[in-house]
Amino acid sequence: MALLKITSPHAHGPMSTARVMQLVMLATVPGVITLSYFFGLGVISNIIFACIVALLAESLVLILRKKPLQFYLGDCSALVTAILLGIAMPPGSPWWLIMVGVGFAILIAKHIYGGMGYNPFNPAMVGYVVLLISYPLEMTHWAAPLGSFEGSTPGLIDAFSALLFGHESVDAVTMATPLDLLKQNNSLLIDDLWLQNPQFGRWAGLGWEWANLAFLAGGLFLLSQRVFTWHAPISMLISLTIMSLFFYDNGSSASGGSPLFHLLSGATMFGAFFIVTDPVTSAVSNKGRIIYGASIGVLLYLIRSWGNYPDAIAFSVLLMNFAAPLLDYYTQPRTYGHQKKARNEGDGK
Amino acid sequence: MADYSLLLIGAILVNNFVLVQFLGLCPFMGVSNKLETAIGMSSATTFVLTLASICSWLTYEWLLVPLGLEYLRTISFILVIAVVVQFTEMVVRKTSPMLYKVLGVFLPLITTNCAVLGVALLNINKQHNFLESALYGFGAALGFSLVLVLFAAMRERLAVADVPLPFKGAAIGMITAGLMSLAFMGFAGLV
Repeated sequence: MALLKITSPHAHGPMSTARVMQLVMLATVPGVITLSYFFGLGVISNIIFACIVALLAESLVLILRKKPLQFYLGDCSALVTAILLGIAMPPGSPWWLIMVGVGFAILIAKHIYGGMGYNPFNPAMVGYVVLLISYPLEMTHWAAPLGSFEGSTPGLIDAFSALLFGHESVDAVTMATPLDLLKQNNSLLIDDLWLQNPQFGRWAGLGWEWANLAFLAGGLFLLSQRVFTWHAPISMLISLTIMSLFFYDNGSSASGGSPLFHLLSGATMFGAFFIVTDPVTSAVSNKGRIIYGASIGVLLYLIRSWGNYPDAIAFSVLLMNFAAPLLDYYTQPRTYGHQKKARNEGDGK
Repeated sequence: MADYSLLLIGAILVNNFVLVQFLGLCPFMGVSNKLETAIGMSSATTFVLTLASICSWLTYEWLLVPLGLEYLRTISFILVIAVVVQFTEMVVRKTSPMLYKVLGVFLPLITTNCAVLGVALLNINKQHNFLESALYGFGAALGFSLVLVLFAAMRERLAVADVPLPFKGAAIGMITAGLMSLAFMGFAGLV
């Protein structure tokens, strides 16, 4: 081994966990602003309360496990989980719903596995799926987007009263999301469906298309900052496009919606750039990431079109989280200068 | 044709025997500590499950029904499964000693895999014909193999995780299996 003498100054790589997490939080801002413009400030109340619960849950575990609070809270990973879950939940969710979801995400999905870096499943998506299965009514209670009804979206006071007292106290206007409508449609041509329901908007749903574009912008910002590589999100979007092209028959009642609709509706962009790219739970090698992303796209389309649930980012991400260790095992790149070796060659098997 | 592919997809994903119907949990937890053994176990189970579902269907339709002995099906299926497993073991031992060595102790263990008996009984309950029974058994085996191999790869990673002491080992495995089963609920309604 040769010890090379290298002289100073040594530039230090600035990317720490905390820095990455802060960038991710920053990149959600345009999406959050767009969502709260169209769906009211319930998004903000969700995020604020989710962050409080996440910090409390994280501190509780750290105290129980006798770990330094400041160091682990400082890496902001709990906050990112809380923000992502807060965005994914319907705006203006009641406090107990957020508490159950975030508590499950932080305590079970993250800390039972040993905390940041060990969790095999994306904590935010585990929290979301638990809520979706346990409280389907509350979790599909989406506010109507601005422009589809008379009046304005819920303000800050409305949002916090919804948070504290539930939806009953506020005259919230709710509406089926475009993905819901498309799923329940079995007689109308796509064009007629669009005309009958104002919430479809121009391409993919009033509000939804802009929120997706905003998340796309945030995702591209993260990509330019090299927070993640392009492999997983881009291959997911491409496979979703191919799947929807394949099953799109120019708008008959049985067709599954145009590629543009699928790309800009529901949580597609949010999922592609903020969930699929999670460094801990996704595959590690580049080849693995491509397979990982592409399979999420395929599963997403399958469950959206034929499953029971209107949107499927959470399920398809969890299913692929489950497959990620095996993908890593089979896509391990060869070490430079070594032949690829079977794993058990050495121990006499 | 579409019916058969739906049956297969249903058995592999939507009604996955391990994660949705909770059958065959003992080998699922027991031999998922290493990827190699999991792959061996799943290939042996695939072979036995397919063969056993065919044999038990034949036994039921050709032996028990003509004799009016349908109430004996559980006990006779257990016997059939044990015979199939023994037969497999002998054939594998003679034809491929290498594979026999790899599978080793797992072959006889398959007798006690409740998914095997479950498939045989479900075939009768759902009134599957011969081809459907074979496909259903094969699909169930593929679903079992899929989750067993994925779970084994994941458990190898969990083995090095900083899991809190009370949750180490089987406990974290159970929790992971629960979360996986949660993810599999996303397939509901697909078929």
